[in-house]
Amino acid sequence: MSKRKDIKKILIIGSGPIVIGQACEFDYSGTQACKVLKQEGFEVVLINSNPATIMTDPQVASRTYIEPITPDMVAKVIEKERPDALLPTLGGQTALNTTVALAENGILKKYKVETIGANIKAIKKAEDRELFKKAMEKIGLDLPRSGQAYSLKEAFSIAKKIGFPLIIRPSFTLAGTGGSIAYNMEEFAGLASKGLESSMISEILIEESVIGWKEFELEVMRDLKDNVVIICSIENFDPMGIHTGDSITVAPAQTLTDKEYQKMRDAACACIREIGVETGGSNIQFAVHPETGRMVVIEMNPRVSRSSALASKATGFPIAKIAAKLAVGFTLDEISNDITRETPACFEPAIDYCVVKIPRLHLKNSLRQARS
Amino acid sequence: MEAILAFEDGKIFKGRSFGASGERYGEVVFNTSMSGYQEILTDPSYKGQIVTMTYPLIGNYGVNPEDAESRRPFVEGFVVREYSKISSNWRARQSLGEYLKDNGIVGIEGVDTRAITLHIRQAGAMKAVLSTIDPDEESLVKKAKGSEGLIGRDLVREVICQKAYEWSASGKYKVVAVDCGIKFNMLRILEQNGCRVTVVPATATSGEILALKPDGLLLSNGPGDPAALPYVVRTTRELLAKLPIFGICLGHQMLGQAFGGKTFKLKFGHHGANQPVKDIKTGKVAISVQNHGFCVDINTLDKKQIEITHVNLNDNTLEGMRHKKLPVFSVQFHPEASPGPHDANYLFREFIKLMAKSKNKK
Repeated sequence: MSKRKDIKKILIIGSGPIVIGQACEFDYSGTQACKVLKQEGFEVVLINSNPATIMTDPQVASRTYIEPITPDMVAKVIEKERPDALLPTLGGQTALNTTVALAENGILKKYKVETIGANIKAIKKAEDRELFKKAMEKIGLDLPRSGQAYSLKEAFSIAKKIGFPLIIRPSFTLAGTGGSIAYNMEEFAGLASKGLESSMISEILIEESVIGWKEFELEVMRDLKDNVVIICSIENFDPMGIHTGDSITVAPAQTLTDKEYQKMRDAACACIREIGVETGGSNIQFAVHPETGRMVVIEMNPRVSRSSALASKATGFPIAKIAAKLAVGFTLDEISNDITRETPACFEPAIDYCVVKIPRLHLKNSLRQARS
Repeated sequence: MEAILAFEDGKIFKGRSFGASGERYGEVVFNTSMSGYQEILTDPSYKGQIVTMTYPLIGNYGVNPEDAESRRPFVEGFVVREYSKISSNWRARQSLGEYLKDNGIVGIEGVDTRAITLHIRQAGAMKAVLSTIDPDEESLVKKAKGSEGLIGRDLVREVICQKAYEWSASGKYKVVAVDCGIKFNMLRILEQNGCRVTVVPATATSGEILALKPDGLLLSNGPGDPAALPYVVRTTRELLAKLPIFGICLGHQMLGQAFGGKTFKLKFGHHGANQPVKDIKTGKVAISVQNHGFCVDINTLDKKQIEITHVNLNDNTLEGMRHKKLPVFSVQFHPEASPGPHDANYLFREFIKLMAKSKNKK
């Protein structure tokens, strides 16, 4: 297997503005992808709403559209440019959502645009909580106990069954927006109805709370030959319940024995295969009970993420660049390792240092929130 | 307490003692696994070696009774950048320091393990002494120089079981595992795959092994120079055409010699859990666990008889082979993992398939 010859022109959805769900780490990944695909001789069309990014510099893509990243606008670009393929996994959650919308309104089919990296089925399977849960159950992985609700009435009956505290997660939103924790029925009523509103499909997942559990993430890569490697493990110093973005995180994982780490690694490999991300990187999150060791899968992002940016920096493994190469047919053993230049990219970085990410929190914002 | 690691070439590393006190000799190697120090300590293949961990924080998850790979730790000494006194894990029963003390293993922390690793990479694996009792650097270097190296030394006899024993009593296939310094996880995986396993010491003769009427033979990993074990090579050669054989690590080197090949010493060996190995037939890459300082020379094998099945993608050395006619195969890496990824577990199932096939023929 090697570079695909049937694809000539590739559309990349870029990073967009710097807000949650579309942040500058995706500028980094998108730029890497544009550059490497151009080097490989592809014509790269880029759409990005943010002109203050590196990827919108004139020499990065073959053609750049500075337009809002909405299904309508991307459809117009597709109509004009007629790309052979769309690479949706390097622009964050917005790019994925937009791609799903374009598949559902028939644009991709109409213009015969193939999604590369992750196909629509895989994106849905990873993003839709119910489909994800079914997929994980199929491969025998444990999850927090949960239930799906489409109305307040359904929500109440699930809450009674599982018990408090509970997590309320709306499906199809941006990076955790609308997700919340309820400690009693009173709080729950308000939060559940807010959650139903903020979901694009008015759906919420009500979940057993894993607050206080140890939190881990694995960055996984897969190629068309089904080689799977783990680029990096990350352990959150702050336990579950504190958003990864707000947590101190450490790479590699610190408090797992090899037996436990390998169990997690096996689970991650099974997860990326079952979800069906054909090529590229994914981020899979796990929680581990600190006293019993029970391990549950929390979620999977079938795309590069904030954590992949950290994992890239921590290990020197250029995840976005390699993900782009894998998307066009290369396999991990055909790509050379950026650091050694002699050995292949099909390896798991072993580092002789540890990397700590400490968030810089805005005290001003926190105080304002505390007051309100 | 101060501890000193002194190399035979005069290089000195000073740090703090964190295990037993005393003085130990060995060849210094580095291991790049980021987790699994307990499995590494108890791997009998490390007899005669002082192990340096390249990952800088060791001891974070303590030590538990379940993760041992043999009856006790076998490393001669343990070298880490920073030892964590505090362990955070629900299975931890003991701190690493206590465990080393209880088992008489000398440990040193607070040394520049990256400098040690670079030194070994450049100068090659070499003899050293690790001491908490002799503060005289000159005397230590002299002692390191005068110590026995690995070449030509039979360390297998020092780690093996003294008598044959039964690992698992029931199962469809009877496997005799030849203990050259075997890791328990090979036995655990065979048991999980429905094998009745009897372990015999590497000194067992082919007659003694055949008397147990096995369906298959496992040749295990083990320490030291593979060229110093003519008795195991002889036993292996005598059993070649008699039953399915699966060799791992030292077992692979025994088969290599039984096939007429030769072994050589690698400059600083492969010790870690991230070595990419390509299966030549399927083209798939497994992230493998390796622990070997010696290697079967790919050019000394008779290609009419032997097929190369696996190669290391880092340095293209031989990682696996099979006999073209006989049900015999082996790998240089560790499909039993522990520590490390489980990517190559499928090889145990292949061994079982071979046993099933040869059983049907009978």
